Amino acid sequence: MGNIHPAMILLAGSILLALLPVKSRRVVSLLLPIFSFVNLLAIPEGTMWHVSWAGFDLTVLRVDRLSLLFGYLFHLAALIATIYSLHLDDKLQITTGLMYAGAAIGAVFAGDLLILFIFWELLAVTSVFQVWARGGQRALDSGTRYLLLHIASGLLLLAGTALHYLNTGSLAFDHIGLGSTYAWLILLAIGIKCAFPLFHTWLVDAYPEATPTGTVFLSAFTTKAAIYALARGFAGEEVLIVIGGVMTMFPIFFAVIENDLRRVLGYSMINQIGFMVVGIGLGPGMGVNGAVAHAFNDVIFKGLLFMSMGAVLYRTGRMNGSELGGLYKSMPWTCLCCIIGASSISAFPLFSGFISKSMVMQAASNGGYVVVWLALLFASAGVFHHAGIKIPFFAFYAHDSGIRCKEAPLNMRIAMTIAAVLCVFIGSNPSFLYGLLPYPVEYEPYTTTHVVLQLQVLFYSALAFTVLKLTNIYPPELASTNLDVDWFSRRMFPGVVRSIVRVGGPIKDGFFNGGKAVVRSFIGFVKSRHDGQGLWGRTWLTENSVLVVVMFLAVYLLFFY
Amino acid sequence: MNDTQDKHETIKDEREHMFDNPKNVQRLIRGFFVCCVLLIFADLLFHRHLSFAEGVMPVEGWFGFYAFYGFVACVLLVLAATQMRKVLMRSEDYYDG
Repeated sequence: MGNIHPAMILLAGSILLALLPVKSRRVVSLLLPIFSFVNLLAIPEGTMWHVSWAGFDLTVLRVDRLSLLFGYLFHLAALIATIYSLHLDDKLQITTGLMYAGAAIGAVFAGDLLILFIFWELLAVTSVFQVWARGGQRALDSGTRYLLLHIASGLLLLAGTALHYLNTGSLAFDHIGLGSTYAWLILLAIGIKCAFPLFHTWLVDAYPEATPTGTVFLSAFTTKAAIYALARGFAGEEVLIVIGGVMTMFPIFFAVIENDLRRVLGYSMINQIGFMVVGIGLGPGMGVNGAVAHAFNDVIFKGLLFMSMGAVLYRTGRMNGSELGGLYKSMPWTCLCCIIGASSISAFPLFSGFISKSMVMQAASNGGYVVVWLALLFASAGVFHHAGIKIPFFAFYAHDSGIRCKEAPLNMRIAMTIAAVLCVFIGSNPSFLYGLLPYPVEYEPYTTTHVVLQLQVLFYSALAFTVLKLTNIYPPELASTNLDVDWFSRRMFPGVVRSIVRVGGPIKDGFFNGGKAVVRSFIGFVKSRHDGQGLWGRTWLTENSVLVVVMFLAVYLLFFY
Repeated sequence: MNDTQDKHETIKDEREHMFDNPKNVQRLIRGFFVCCVLLIFADLLFHRHLSFAEGVMPVEGWFGFYAFYGFVACVLLVLAATQMRKVLMRSEDYYDG
C-alpha cells in the first residue's frame, strides 16, 4: 500500500465491479473506498511521480494538507453514498458512482494543471450517469444540458492551461491570481463547476432529476472539487467575496417558492458554496480555513439531507412539498436524521455547521467587511428558514398527506445514521476538524456570546416562519416551475431561433421564389424571341434579306443623292 | 435488498400520532414562544464580545440586534419571494411542452 495512485483503486476497481455478479458486487463496492482510504494514509506528503510526456514535464501527484483534507472527505462521502446505494440492482449507477468518486480524488491530488484537466473532464463524464440512470425524457435532457456545460468548463480549463503554459512555461497548479487574461479563463472554468451566479442552473436543473442515490453522489464531489481548485488557485482574490456574497443571497429567494424539495436543497447548496467562496476570497488563514471546513461539513450534512429526501422519494415516489406531509408517522428515523441534517446546515450549536460557518463570518468581520457580513447573517437566517425548517416541515409534518409507507431500507438508514452521528460529533468536538485544516486555527466557536447570539438569530427566524404560517401569509407550496436564468437558454434563444425561422421563412421563400419567377420570365421572353419561331431565331428567306438590303440602299440614295 | 421490491408501497397505519392531537401542536408553539422571550432577555445576562473591531459596527452591540435582524430578514425574504412568484411562476410542465 502507498505506492498506488490515490484515485486508481476506485477507478480500476469500479471497472471490476461491472463484471461481478450482484452479491459480490455489493461486498466489493463497500471494500473499495476502505482499501483506497488505507492506501491514501500510507502516501507521504509532497509532490511525486514526475513524468515526461509529449515534451511536457508532468507532476502526477501532490499530497499536502489541503489536498489531504479533501481526499479524506471524498473517501468518507464515497463510503456513505455506497452504503446508501447498496439496495440497488442497477450496475451502472454504483460503477459510475465510484468512478466519479475516483475522478474527484484524482482532481484534488493532481500535481499540475494538465493532470487536473484530465480528472476535471472525467468528473463530468462519469457523473452524468447518475442523472441519466433515472430514465425518461426529462432526466435525459437535463443530463445532456449538465454534460454540455461541464465539458465546456473543461475546455475553458484546457484553454487557460495552454495560455498559462505559453506565458510562464510552467504547468504547476499553485496560486494563479487574476493578474492575466488566461487566469480569468481558469477562474471561469472553476466557477462553472462552483455554480457561480448565472452558471448555477446546471445544479438546480440536474440534481433534482437524478436518481435518489445519484443525487447523494452528485452533491458530494463536483462542487467540492471545484472549491478545492478555487482555494488552491485564487485564495485572497477580492472579487470572490462579491461573487460569494451574491451566491449566499439570491438562491434563498428561489428556495422559498420552490416546490420540489430536492431542488430546494439544490438552491441551498449554492447558498452554502457562497459561504465557501467568500471564505476563499478573504484569503489564506481564517478565510480559507473556514471555507474548507465548511466544505467538509457541507458534504456530510447536505449529503444527509439529500439522503433523507432520497429515501422519501424512494418510498413514496413523490418529491413535491405540495404532495408530501405527515411522513413523521411512517418514516420516523428518516425524519430524525433529516432534522439533524437541517440543524447542521442551519448552524445550531453542537451541530457541524456551527463551527465552520462562523469561521467565515468571523473572517469577514476581522477584515471589516460590514456589508458582506450583513449579507452572510441574512443568508444564515434564510438558510434556516428554507432548508432548516421548510425541508423537514413540508416532508414530515405540515398537513397530513395521508401517505403511509414503510420506513427507509436498512442500508439507507445506516448511511443516514453515520452522517447524522458525524454531524453531531464534528459539531461538538471542533478540535477534530480544526486539526485537519490547512492553516493553524486560533478560533474558539463555543463562547457564550456566539452561542446565545446564534440561537437568537435562529429562534427569531423560526418565529418569523411560525408567525407567517399561523397568519397564512406564508406562500403555500404550489405545483409549479419557477423560471431561473436557464430560461434564456431553454426558452428564449430557441424561441428567437424559431421565430426567425417562422417570420424569416416566408420572406426567404418569397425572395427566392420571386427572384426565380423574374429570371424564369426573362428566360421565357428571350426564348420566345430566339427559338425556332421567334423573331430573331427563325430562318429568314433570301428574298426578305434582299428586300431589306434594297430598302437600306433606297434610303441611302434619298439622303445622299 | 432489491431496488424494485418495496418501492412506493403504501401500508395501513391507523395509529394516533403525536401531532394528530391539536393540543400537542399548541403546546409546542407555546413552548417555542417562551424560548424566544427567554433568549432575548439572555442578552442582558452577560457581557457581549463584539465581532467587529471597536467602532466599525456599533449596531451589532445593541440589545436584541441579532434577534431583530433574524426576524426581519425572514419576513422580508418571504414577502419578496412571494412577489417573485408573480413574475417567475409557470405551470409544472412548462419546459416539457
